[in-house]
Amino acid sequence: MSLRRVIARTPLHLTIFVFAAMWLIPTLGLLITSLRDPTSIAASGWWTVFPKLFSGGRFSLENYAGVIQQQGLGYAFFNSLRVSIPATLISTLVASFAAFGFAWMRFRGRRILFMLVVGLMVIPLQMTFIPILPVYSKLGLSGTFPGIWLAHTAYGLPLTTYLVHNFMVAIPKELFDSASIDGASPVKTFWRIVIPISVPALASVFIFQFLWIWNDLLVALVYLGAKPDVAPLTVTIANMVTNMGRNWELLTAAAFVSMALPVVVFFSLQRYFVRGILAGSLKG
Amino acid sequence: MLHTGRWRSWLFVGPALLLIVFFLVYPTIMTIARSFFGRGASLFGPNTEFVGLANWHYIFTNNIMLTSLRNNTLWAVLFTTCTVGFGLLLAVMLDRVRYEKLAKSVIFVPAAISMVGASVIWKFIYAYRPVSMEQIGVLNAIVVAVGGQPLGWLIERPWLNNICLIVVGIWMWTGFCMVIFSAAYKNIPRQLMEAARIDGANEWRVFRMIILPLLAPTAAVVATTMVVQVLKIFDIIFVMTNGNYGTEVIANRMYKEMFNFFNYGRASAIAVVLLILIVPFMIVNIRRFAAQEGGR
Repeated sequence: MSLRRVIARTPLHLTIFVFAAMWLIPTLGLLITSLRDPTSIAASGWWTVFPKLFSGGRFSLENYAGVIQQQGLGYAFFNSLRVSIPATLISTLVASFAAFGFAWMRFRGRRILFMLVVGLMVIPLQMTFIPILPVYSKLGLSGTFPGIWLAHTAYGLPLTTYLVHNFMVAIPKELFDSASIDGASPVKTFWRIVIPISVPALASVFIFQFLWIWNDLLVALVYLGAKPDVAPLTVTIANMVTNMGRNWELLTAAAFVSMALPVVVFFSLQRYFVRGILAGSLKG
Repeated sequence: MLHTGRWRSWLFVGPALLLIVFFLVYPTIMTIARSFFGRGASLFGPNTEFVGLANWHYIFTNNIMLTSLRNNTLWAVLFTTCTVGFGLLLAVMLDRVRYEKLAKSVIFVPAAISMVGASVIWKFIYAYRPVSMEQIGVLNAIVVAVGGQPLGWLIERPWLNNICLIVVGIWMWTGFCMVIFSAAYKNIPRQLMEAARIDGANEWRVFRMIILPLLAPTAAVVATTMVVQVLKIFDIIFVMTNGNYGTEVIANRMYKEMFNFFNYGRASAIAVVLLILIVPFMIVNIRRFAAQEGGR
């Protein structure tokens, strides 16, 4: 590479470097702070650890032990799993059923109903809370996990049904012909042929639904509330920010706990993840 | 088409339809109706008399509501310009370097984490302490190092604090825009750009005359998606300022009217405002999305 070319390309590398730095520094500050003890956090900025990194800069996981045990973040993590895993499973299942019905079955009003389902993507969630809450309290669903599973399932349906439908419509018709000659019922066809073929599409849908629910604050606030026995990570951490806004050793460790799972999912399933995120951006 | 009894088709689509009717269709109709009634919890309960356009009058005359509408507009303009602009810039620039994948991951990771997590990260960046104390927030440390006075980044109204909140949103969503632009950019035939370069066009001209026009449809989709995100923005405000110091937005106001002030009539009207603002953008987006999917 000629010297001139190197010089000409310097602004390009420099701009990218500035962007990368602005995107990394905030998270780096969070990570380092979460590993320092409260006295040092209050006494000096996190960047002061660099000069003495190899000479007595002390890091420990104590803050993590603190938030997980004393602040109940361990339990909140468990609650987040209890909300997002069943909700994601139920919504992927219900959407697959519906998508198959809309794609391959003939019944009255099929087109209109499908357009209605997809069109409801435009409804912001705020439109739905006030009429549902009284029904929920009558049915005893407020503040319960089944209550929020159903809500997340329903809110996700317009988009998930649409995406799975698009995939299922493209399944070659011949597959069903051979199945029906063999005398398989639609239910059997669905489980034995359609679901296995649709795994790639279902994986994307599953991941975006899971991350959307894991990261959700609003729906959890409305249907679960802040009771510690049900509150997921997002709600618990939002409360911590309000109640102990200056205890950075706790806040930073807590934020990192909530980010750990999505980041692992991001790096291990990047391909599905990107497709999932792109699709998820359309969600109400 | 599979030929089966009618009841069997309903077995498949029934559960989804029931959920959608109960969680989306019924509440939407009720909320629109509720926006014309008083504050009471249920439509036929106490304090729920017909109030006509009173809730709507409140939205367009109350100071905090007007601030919310102003802030959402500011968000829509600034957030959308920056995410779309930076996303495009990064997609084109990163295509020209060998560490593209790594740099993309760095910019895209914030899209995976919750807005609550991102709010904590940035609250720490904006941390403020009096002059007499050591600054532990990066921004104030820089300000002090160059001889300035530490700033209350999330308190200085009306512009600084709102801009600081919008920066958090930009940090989260730029990666999303970049990934979409990058996919579209890699579909542009390379010969097109090469031919222009051979004809003596410099990089800026190639960008303006070839790349930009070809990416314009993508930019339109990305921009409408960002506007929809911004109109519903809630978590960042709720966690970082809770709408204090003139940072209120529509979605946070709706939440407060519902759970803090228990005024369900007003909360419903505010939700309908969101719906009215979002619908045009969503329709454009769904149409484009459907057109793209159909073309595959």
